[in-house]
Amino acid sequence: MEKHILPDIPNLHKIDVYEAHGGYGALRKALQMKPEEVTDEVKKSGLRGRGGACFPTGLKWTFMPKSREAGSQTTGQTAKKKYLCVNGDESEPGTFKDRQIFEFNPHLLIEGTLIAAYAMGVSISYIYVRGEYAKWITMIEKALQDAYAKGYVGQKILGSDFSTEVLVHKGAGAYICGEESALMNSIEGGRGYPRVRPPFPAQFGLWGCPTTINNVETISNVPLIVKNGWEWYSRIGAAKHPGPILVGVSGHVNKPGVYEMPTGVPLLEIIHKYAGGVPGNKAIKAVIPGGSSTMILRGEQLEGVCMDAESLKAAGSSVGTAGLIVMDEETDLIQVLSRIAQFYYHESCGQCTPCREGTVWLWKVLKRFENGEGTMEDIDLLMDVANNIEGNTICALGDAAAWPVQSMVRRFRDEFEKRVKVPDSTKAEAIAV
Amino acid sequence: MLSEQNLKKLDGLKKYYQTSQALVLPALWMVQEEHGSISEEAMKYVSQLLHVPYSHVLGVVTFYTMFHAKPIGKHHIEVCTNVSCMLRGSGRLVEHLEKRLGIKMGETSKDKKWTLSETECMGSCGTAPMIAIGEEYYENLTPEQVDALLAKLERK
Repeated sequence: MEKHILPDIPNLHKIDVYEAHGGYGALRKALQMKPEEVTDEVKKSGLRGRGGACFPTGLKWTFMPKSREAGSQTTGQTAKKKYLCVNGDESEPGTFKDRQIFEFNPHLLIEGTLIAAYAMGVSISYIYVRGEYAKWITMIEKALQDAYAKGYVGQKILGSDFSTEVLVHKGAGAYICGEESALMNSIEGGRGYPRVRPPFPAQFGLWGCPTTINNVETISNVPLIVKNGWEWYSRIGAAKHPGPILVGVSGHVNKPGVYEMPTGVPLLEIIHKYAGGVPGNKAIKAVIPGGSSTMILRGEQLEGVCMDAESLKAAGSSVGTAGLIVMDEETDLIQVLSRIAQFYYHESCGQCTPCREGTVWLWKVLKRFENGEGTMEDIDLLMDVANNIEGNTICALGDAAAWPVQSMVRRFRDEFEKRVKVPDSTKAEAIAV
Repeated sequence: MLSEQNLKKLDGLKKYYQTSQALVLPALWMVQEEHGSISEEAMKYVSQLLHVPYSHVLGVVTFYTMFHAKPIGKHHIEVCTNVSCMLRGSGRLVEHLEKRLGIKMGETSKDKKWTLSETECMGSCGTAPMIAIGEEYYENLTPEQVDALLAKLERK
């Protein structure tokens, strides 16, 4: 398939190369359209968020109030400013796709940001990047400077009446800031605490103003839709979840990396054709299809499962961030799950009791299994704690901590049972026999 | 506490944000860049500079893992031990680094030259295992390559 997000064009990160390949043409085209026509185009394309939730992007944009800053003359009042946050916090274990966009195609992201800002009447967009990506922040800032210098960003863009600013905002190390409301609190200069919703960001976002948050990869799809039309886009990949998708393959494969493909490619094809198969031709014990929050699947159940929202949902998991982690037959899954649990315990912001207390509890119980100290009751305890976190917290981090545990207990109960501590009495009996 | 240049930069950022509180993270980054860590005195300074309560600044510093309230070693080595790195041998790197530097994860060497920490996923899953030293990423590492890296840093 032709690649659109990460095409094989040398030096595409440079603005003149990007322009020579039609770059910023979609922005020109969008500026000739009415803002609501742009939104409509994105809506009809079927683009769904690439940050994990697969929410329809165009629909999200329609939640923003229609009033333009300049269009408020009718009431005589100044309309509230509107904001866009481009989420590049990318911290979900197994996910490393946005990083490729920052490095190899930053102008696609900037162009998408500008088109989205135009469609929603946004005055300032913040590209929020995790602090650890210092090197990539420099790259995106350089690209942004060049875009400003060429008049693509700033006042009266390309001679139109549209003015908007774009700014890179650096995070400081917190997974939770990838959660949209925590991200806004972080931009406001606070701790990354998720907010209770409603009110939703489109009504009450940054500083109480209408705000939309979209993932870096999602925004990078926007210029493609505007350039080629929604019909073209909607025909790529899976019908209900169309478009190109960046799949990050890691773990036990010969060629780990980020691969661009249409949605709907079978997971086994991704593993064997794109990522070169499993080293030593070992069997696949398990895969985590979309980053550590998504439900684990058994190797035997992968036949026919594809990388798109509907197929993975039917298989009892989800696309998440399309960070596919492959584990071969020799993998210690208890150790894997324990490490995942440690992650959520470390990253829980601590606001909600079920998550703050539950995540550490899960980790401690899993440590017992790792050390051969777990009991049969502990297996049920894990399920009980996970069930009591799920759905009982402000944000989805609680759910994200619960799902790997629930799916592992359900699909790999044998792994836990193998690790249960043998009671001393049984040992005594064995010796007596 | 902050250089003229950084104060000017901070001032230039004001127009992009509705409150001065939004400059807390950028200001703390500048403090850390200039001083290596963020002391209590620095937190009070940021609090006064931006007219936000000291408690708020303290809350922010302690919330984000990349802000250091205590001085760290000259070279801060972080090893990702999350799943994708774990599956590709980060455990061997941890073992090797602890042995080589004579400190455990989370510790700083007596001569303040090294700080070793375990870190969460850094987005290097496709180039695992990895370590980060300061802002640099070193990927697809073997213990031998780690030795070469340490030798280079030791000379600095």
